[in-house]
Amino acid sequence: MGIYLPIAEISVNVFVLLAMGAAVGFLSGMFGVGGGFLITPLLIFYNIPPAIAVATGANQVIASSFSGALSHMKRGTLDFKLGGVLLAGGVVGSTGGIYVFGLLRRIGQLDLFISLLYVVLLGTVGGLMLVESVNALRATRSGAAPTLKKSGQHNWIHRLPLKMRFRASKLFVSVIPVLGLGAGIGFLSSIMGVGGGFIMVPALIYLLKVPTNVVIGTSLFQIIFTSAYTTLVHATTNQTVDVMLAFLLMAGGVAGAQYGAKAGQRLRGEQLRALLAMLVLAVAVRLAFDLFVTPPNLYSLTGAE
Amino acid sequence: MAGARRLAASVLFSLLAAVFPAAAQNAPTEGIQIGLSTDNVSITAGFSGADLTIFGSLENPDPLIARQGRYDVIVVLEGPGRPVVVRRKDRVLGVWINLESESFDNVPVSYSVATTRPMQDITEPTSYKQLSLGASNLYMQPTDTGGDPTTIQEFTAALRERKKATGLYSENVGGVQFLSQNLFRATVRLAPNVPVGTHKARAFLFRSGLFIKESSAQLEIRKSGFEQSIFRAAHNYSFLYGVFAICLAMVTGWLGRLVFRKD
Repeated sequence: MGIYLPIAEISVNVFVLLAMGAAVGFLSGMFGVGGGFLITPLLIFYNIPPAIAVATGANQVIASSFSGALSHMKRGTLDFKLGGVLLAGGVVGSTGGIYVFGLLRRIGQLDLFISLLYVVLLGTVGGLMLVESVNALRATRSGAAPTLKKSGQHNWIHRLPLKMRFRASKLFVSVIPVLGLGAGIGFLSSIMGVGGGFIMVPALIYLLKVPTNVVIGTSLFQIIFTSAYTTLVHATTNQTVDVMLAFLLMAGGVAGAQYGAKAGQRLRGEQLRALLAMLVLAVAVRLAFDLFVTPPNLYSLTGAE
Repeated sequence: MAGARRLAASVLFSLLAAVFPAAAQNAPTEGIQIGLSTDNVSITAGFSGADLTIFGSLENPDPLIARQGRYDVIVVLEGPGRPVVVRRKDRVLGVWINLESESFDNVPVSYSVATTRPMQDITEPTSYKQLSLGASNLYMQPTDTGGDPTTIQEFTAALRERKKATGLYSENVGGVQFLSQNLFRATVRLAPNVPVGTHKARAFLFRSGLFIKESSAQLEIRKSGFEQSIFRAAHNYSFLYGVFAICLAMVTGWLGRLVFRKD
């Protein structure tokens, strides 16, 4: 069944979009990430203009992270204070990101920049995660208990000034890296149409040493606001949010997410991380492929602004 | 059937002759008229392209030339003109990057052609160039006229090629059919991604390869109902639209949890 998207101005198949949303929702429920890093490239592969894919992806992320954050709030695994500080940084980062987004679009390098960011970030995060989880898998096989957090071990981040106490995360740390992390994620969110969970989660665990059970809820909490802000700014400055497209993706996504969460419970932590790492790497490789292989069309058209 | 058509045509012709006796006596100059059944086309949620039929008639056709089929008609539906930037990718350190670009003003977003015969059989390429007629001959105005002519030529060709590949520029050979000596019907294709706005339908009449006359009519293509409301809201009330998009996402997320909850 075809449907005409009012903002993207093309006809698409409803079931393809619902299935796309459901598949990504399933994976995001399983791994506890927003799924923006999957949905935006998928939309671009499906010929949705990148600018619209990014803005609409951000809108879609709100739905999945909101529903995820609700369940974490119920379980008490959400640090509102930490989330609030991350958010303050996020707003600054998003604003900068939107500006850069408009600039890149004018000079015609937006698509390249989006692809490069995806390849570099997904490649790095996926690679690191794969190495870590494979090591953890080996360790459990040889009998040692897997440990992520080594108590008493501090890095340079813990020596910065302006310390603040985050009770729910059992954390006493400077606000500078927290604000910086928020700003970085906000920037990426507005340029890539992602919530940034795939960077936020490892950064909170490995850099700030936040307990793993609090990380996902808190990251989802702050992603709701960053992506809501991104959606709003894209809607007002670029008019590139397609609610029809976003709604189809969300509808599939929220259904898939709940089943994914259930499936995820059957797997062990390090197995999940290894699978997620492979998924992230696969997306990175697919996008890198497009950068290096001779494109079928060397010429592209854009409307001048 | 053919006899009946000829009869009908000759009846029509004699009627015309009765109405315009002076024109019929002197060497008549042929004219062309087109009419659209509607002056606006609405795009709805199920839109996946459509055929638009345009009717037209020849005025004062020479019956002899008409019988020999030496009248040719080309009908064009031209979309609104917009500025376009054409970019070319080149390899830098192994990565394909948009490097060179050329801007054009007032490029029709869409351009559908219907003809009685293959275009090369109707008239000479030079006269197509003069008329700026046909997807391959349409004149593209570069923004920077002082640029290198070979570069402009290259990007013009690329622009035409991309437009054809996306189905926005199309050619329907045999899309114009004569129903009688005077009356013809043209079928032009509206692509699924046809732009909204004011389109111009133009009909060109050729006699034995010579351009005689042109006639045009306007057509409004717009989104209808729900799609139109969304599009308008996104542009006129963009802040509220953004707030709505966010609320929609939150409600969907919340409802989804209620409905599909597994924990």
